[in-house]
Amino acid sequence: MLEGTTAELRERKALRVNPAKTCQPIGAMYAALGVNGCMPHSHGSQGCCAYHRSHLTRHYKEPVVATTSSFTEGASVFGGMANLTSALENIFTIYEPEIVAVHTTCLSEVIGDDIPTIIKKAIESGKIPEGKTVIHANTPSFVGSHVTGFSNQCEAFVKYLAETGDTRKNTITIFPGFVDPSDMREIKRLATAVGVEFILAPDASDVLDTPYDGHYKMYPDGGTKISDLREMGHTMVSIGLGPLASTAAVTSLQKKCGVEGKIAELPIGVRATDEFVNALRVAGDTAVPAWLDAERGRLIDMISDMSQYLHKKKVAIFGDPDHVSSMIDFVTELGMEASIAITGTPGKKWERKMKAKAPNTEVKAFSDLHYLHQWIKNNPVDLLMGNTYGKYVARAEDIPFVRFGFPMLDRVGHRAFPLVGYAGAMRMVEKITDAFFDRDDRLLPDHEVELVQ
Amino acid sequence: MGPTGPSAAEAREKMLDIYPKKTLRKRSKQMMVNENPSTPAEIGANSRTVPGIITQRGCSYAGCKGVVIGPIYDILHITHGPIGCGYYSWLSRRNFTKIRNEGETNYLQYSMSTDMQENHIVFGGETLLKDAIQEAYDEFKPKAISVYATCPVGLIGDDIHAVCKEMKAKLGINIFGFSCEGYKGVSQSAGHHIANNGVFKNMIGLDDTPSKGEYTINILGEYNIGGDAWEIDRILALCGIKIIGTLSGGVTYDEICNAHMADLNVVMCHRSINYMAEMMETKFGIPWFKVNFIGLEGTKKSLRKIAQYFGEKKLIDRVEEVIAAEMSEVRPVIEDVKTRTNGKTAALFVGGSRAHHYQDLFEDMEMKVIAAGYEFAHRDDYEGREVLPSIKVDADSRNIEELTIEEDPERFNLRKTVDRKKSLEESGFAFSDYEGMLKQMKKDTLVIDDISHHEMEKLIELYKPDVIGSGVKDKYVIEKMGVPCKQLHSYDYGGPYAGFKGAINFFKEIDRMTSSRVWELTRAPWHEADEAPEATVSEEVTA
Repeated sequence: MLEGTTAELRERKALRVNPAKTCQPIGAMYAALGVNGCMPHSHGSQGCCAYHRSHLTRHYKEPVVATTSSFTEGASVFGGMANLTSALENIFTIYEPEIVAVHTTCLSEVIGDDIPTIIKKAIESGKIPEGKTVIHANTPSFVGSHVTGFSNQCEAFVKYLAETGDTRKNTITIFPGFVDPSDMREIKRLATAVGVEFILAPDASDVLDTPYDGHYKMYPDGGTKISDLREMGHTMVSIGLGPLASTAAVTSLQKKCGVEGKIAELPIGVRATDEFVNALRVAGDTAVPAWLDAERGRLIDMISDMSQYLHKKKVAIFGDPDHVSSMIDFVTELGMEASIAITGTPGKKWERKMKAKAPNTEVKAFSDLHYLHQWIKNNPVDLLMGNTYGKYVARAEDIPFVRFGFPMLDRVGHRAFPLVGYAGAMRMVEKITDAFFDRDDRLLPDHEVELVQ
Repeated sequence: MGPTGPSAAEAREKMLDIYPKKTLRKRSKQMMVNENPSTPAEIGANSRTVPGIITQRGCSYAGCKGVVIGPIYDILHITHGPIGCGYYSWLSRRNFTKIRNEGETNYLQYSMSTDMQENHIVFGGETLLKDAIQEAYDEFKPKAISVYATCPVGLIGDDIHAVCKEMKAKLGINIFGFSCEGYKGVSQSAGHHIANNGVFKNMIGLDDTPSKGEYTINILGEYNIGGDAWEIDRILALCGIKIIGTLSGGVTYDEICNAHMADLNVVMCHRSINYMAEMMETKFGIPWFKVNFIGLEGTKKSLRKIAQYFGEKKLIDRVEEVIAAEMSEVRPVIEDVKTRTNGKTAALFVGGSRAHHYQDLFEDMEMKVIAAGYEFAHRDDYEGREVLPSIKVDADSRNIEELTIEEDPERFNLRKTVDRKKSLEESGFAFSDYEGMLKQMKKDTLVIDDISHHEMEKLIELYKPDVIGSGVKDKYVIEKMGVPCKQLHSYDYGGPYAGFKGAINFFKEIDRMTSSRVWELTRAPWHEADEAPEATVSEEVTA
């Protein structure tokens, strides 16, 4: 396994090996799927759209439908206006979405297609039916990562749809960040618990985790309603979870509609969840119910019970920046030590922030799994945490491995159970201790195998 | 089409009904009723995709890097572009690989890319690529490096071939590039052609070491998905036939360099590799014919055809012994499975060859294929190679390079004398031929090229087939509608399905899918019984 990887670390300036990120449009596609009645549209050659749909499908085991402009060589030279215009006509005639959310690829970005003008002309020529909406986000693949694409699409919801005006409702906008539908469900459960009125944007629960009933719905019941996306402009406060994924939308909503914004860490682990719950409480001027306090207490109880197995364990973490940031804090809360934490997404600012809060952790943005693997060869760890691609490193080095984040191509848990909130934290404590115990049960000499732990 | 739905002609009308005028005109040509299977009508294929229609198609990069060259495991593959292309083609096709010689590295576990950033788009990425090749060499010391262009590379004008040439001279290993930008052609197919040209120019014929085997062949267009090629290897080894190179499942660089020393090329996936078969015949005199190791009848026929080609009684007898021994294992399985699958229906929509090949396996199970189509095959894959002279290359595919190949002055060597070839042909043996999918399909079945999401939904609504063979993007759409979907690209992470053992796997798998109990759980009891009240809808319990 990964037999070409040696312990010798060489500086690489040009060659990316085993990335810990992918490109922008898939994040935009995912965000668009979290809007009710929305068809994501990829303005580029069709390979991108096929790859993004396949990849999301493999992660969610659910239909992921999106359209593409299907560029040919001609369009790549002369511009993709005709392709997008005819795509819009076909989409609205055949698939009847309420809204089409266009994103771009490296192809249409390099040739410089002017999407707003194309949309405007399509409206003028009657290609877009009355009452239907087309929005767009620029998502060049050569900038940032899939999280940047998610962020850009969220910002586009604000720019195109959020209404301006002085009316304020006692409602909070929540931008959940690049998290799974199960996490969005948990975020809604926490907000409901605290008793605030809220709009979650986007919301992929009940879109990418639909029940089976023998009928296929191209536009499932879930997803943030377009009317709610418009209403975002009239909410009191917005809370953006995950600085990288949500800051653009929060800032844009503040600038455009005067909605006061707050950025919080993704609520993974105790303190980050506390911060989110408290932010909801303050924003809504409500109280945290006793049962949620008790849920939190059960989490602390579990951590305390398992402390002896977690104390000073060395952990290697990789994933998306917002996830990694919260996970560094969470493993610290558990008494473990983050030895190394990397993300594929570029970001000097993120790197500085992580170094400030975890001075003893090797932190790198714009890095990759090959670097992580080589570093581990030189500095062995007790646990590896990250997405499915980590399993090859875990196997090569025989390290207990706990999956979290995107993508999860080889397990089912993330579909049903959250990573965020106190509930998600309890699930992670279970997964981490299981990983340690399973390894011990398999490898320890017979006389050391414990009945009780 | 069948007793379970409207006629194919009616179904076709119903599928086309919704389309705007221009789309209707285009799609009409790509959807046909197979009225005369023995002399099929012309179908529209290999033309540009209708924007916005929800196609299953991918791009030229996927066809080149993802399909044809990607599986060569000891070449170090570098994608020149932003991160997505290299990332998505990382281990997502199941072309199995194992290291066979000590000291080798399996580069398929790695995704290598230049990860282009904005400044490379603005100032060009040639230096970046050069540095990436150098770093890859320093880090891994591979015996060869290949470079793949993605969409922006062509537009910003990076000359990847010049960079490869320069680095080849500098590092002294074989380094070559593929101009497989995603926008080229109209589908994965363009990428196959570009890949064939590159493999032929940069690898085939580099090593003239004669082969030691008695009956030597290459298997062209077999990518070892789920271990298919290894099952074919196993059977051929039992027969005493030696494979020099399998293009390109589980293959090494050296095997490809030596492949021109074989006595015969057999072609599995016609679409992706027929260019190579033709070029190798012209340059080196190696004849080729089509085989199909999918399905019992297909596998038997293919083995017998190879034996007949070599024409020696020893081999012909050995092949019959192997078939008999293998069939004794298969027979009880198929006899059992058939009692449940007999008369059930299937529809197949897969890339450029499996929609045809897998019809053999369904016929083995006495199932009916009511509809089929390819994503990106050409007319010859539908109608047979005899239509090749009448195929016009349209504007979208005109820029795909056609190599002009000539006889190699030293190494050309007719494997079969003209007379021997002629006498084989007179006995009904077809060289350099592929009859296409339509001839095997039943009269009045529905054939749909580049099927759209809408057409697939209609097909299920009208016929509710017992199983559909398709890909991952379709799978959960189809299954939400209550029809099991067998992924015939990834095999749903199972396989092999080729050969005799593969057939057993497939029969058991389709049996499981068409008799799965999970569908019985669809409705909760309170929805079934008249007396039971509807469940009350309440807020989710939070405490």
